[in-house]
Amino acid sequence: METATAFTPLSALAGGVLIGLSAVMLMALNGRIAGIAGIVGGLIGPAPFDRLDRFWRLAFAAGLVAAPLIWMAATGAMPEVSVTDSLPLLIVAGLVVGASTQAGSGCTSGHGVCGLARLSPRSAAATGIFMAAALLTVFVTRHVI
Amino acid sequence: MKSILSALAAGLVFGLGLIVSGMVNPAKVLNFLDIAGQWDPSLAFVMAGAAGTVFIGYRFVLKRDKPLFEDRFTLPTATRIDARLASGAALFGVGWGLVGFCPGPALTALGTGAMPALIFTAAMLAGMAGWRWLVRN
Repeated sequence: METATAFTPLSALAGGVLIGLSAVMLMALNGRIAGIAGIVGGLIGPAPFDRLDRFWRLAFAAGLVAAPLIWMAATGAMPEVSVTDSLPLLIVAGLVVGASTQAGSGCTSGHGVCGLARLSPRSAAATGIFMAAALLTVFVTRHVI
Repeated sequence: MKSILSALAAGLVFGLGLIVSGMVNPAKVLNFLDIAGQWDPSLAFVMAGAAGTVFIGYRFVLKRDKPLFEDRFTLPTATRIDARLASGAALFGVGWGLVGFCPGPALTALGTGAMPALIFTAAMLAGMAGWRWLVRN
């Protein structure tokens, strides 16, 4: 069930720079942090804010979802997404990621990219904790169980 | 209208970054997290490239009075490192480590038509809505 992947430092760095540019764009143009959990979380549940607030969030999410189509048009191939997990595991992991990113006010992008770049101690703490928990989880599921 | 188009463009660039970097693929994420196994350190370069770019970019952007298409910058105001932040982050790490999807890559993987991404994303949205409902009540 473990798919081997090659070490690709250059494309990883280039992709990371694109992600960073997107976050800089969103701050320069919209004045917003590019934290996906926060952006998407603001779309669901109660809306204590201006209804117009939903449109930019929806547009950003639409861009994320549409990106593979642009990629497909440019390269002729869909990006590889290999997942071998069972249906129950996908559902449990999805529920956990959804609830926990709202409780912890951020995910890999909000805390791990934008927060670290702002030198926020709160985001640094969150990033350290979720990285440690993720490393431990993978160690347990792949090498202990 | 401009702010909607700029958000769409930023979302597209973000998604393309996830694709180019390979982070859209959970197998790559899990191999990054699997230091004791077939470790693929690529994702460290994604994080460094992204955070480095934002670190430099924000220095210029946040010097301005306001963003181009909105009245003000909306920045996080919370500074406390409390139990809620710590437990949320710890649980997020567990969920991320179980399948290899975090919110951004899940949405971009959804766009490839991959069924596991659809299931994960539906559960993730339910989890977000559930948490928000709990906090409100």
